[in-house]
Amino acid sequence: MITGALVFAFACYGLGLLFNLWRIATGPDAADRILALDTMVINVIALLILYGIWRGTAVYYEASMLVAMVGFVSTVAYARFVLRGDIIE
Amino acid sequence: MIADILITFFLVVSGVFGLVGSFGLIKLRDTMQRVHAPTKATTLGVGGVLIASMLYFLLIKGSFSFHELLITLFLLLTAPITANFIAKTFIAVHLRARDLPETGGEYGWAVYDDPPTRPDAE
Repeated sequence: MITGALVFAFACYGLGLLFNLWRIATGPDAADRILALDTMVINVIALLILYGIWRGTAVYYEASMLVAMVGFVSTVAYARFVLRGDIIE
Repeated sequence: MIADILITFFLVVSGVFGLVGSFGLIKLRDTMQRVHAPTKATTLGVGGVLIASMLYFLLIKGSFSFHELLITLFLLLTAPITANFIAKTFIAVHLRARDLPETGGEYGWAVYDDPPTRPDAE
């Protein structure tokens, strides 16, 4: 039962990644692309934790924590670059 | 059995939330509308996955870990900041100060005005 639910969740987040890619490719301006990249990072965190449940190991928490931190910093850096034309003033 | 049902429930609910968040990103019409879908629904979906993972390792594997709570806390803290930054980016690129309503306060919009200085800063 858990295996079926895992497959369902994998399919949902994989489809979500495809939607995000479509928005990155066709986004009208930079704000849409920043938003789609941030959503992609969140979906990848979910996929990593699902893979950790699938394999039954606790190694992937650290990986998803690192992805979360790097994703937040990169989103803020990109938004700041568009906003001010510079990242570190 | 109860553990299986609980974990399955959280996994399915979180999958649906994540799919709704990513679908809203392509379904909604305007950028300011699109900010809402991923920052709320997808964050909730990841929270559901983390709860399911915690329950799985607690009830099936018999080992408790609170790393997931750290990730949930971090995501719930950073999602509003991200949404605020993206909205500010959109406002700075597409709108001017005359398009926006008055702030009603002493200072103007933070995107256009310089930050207020404290009186005792000199």
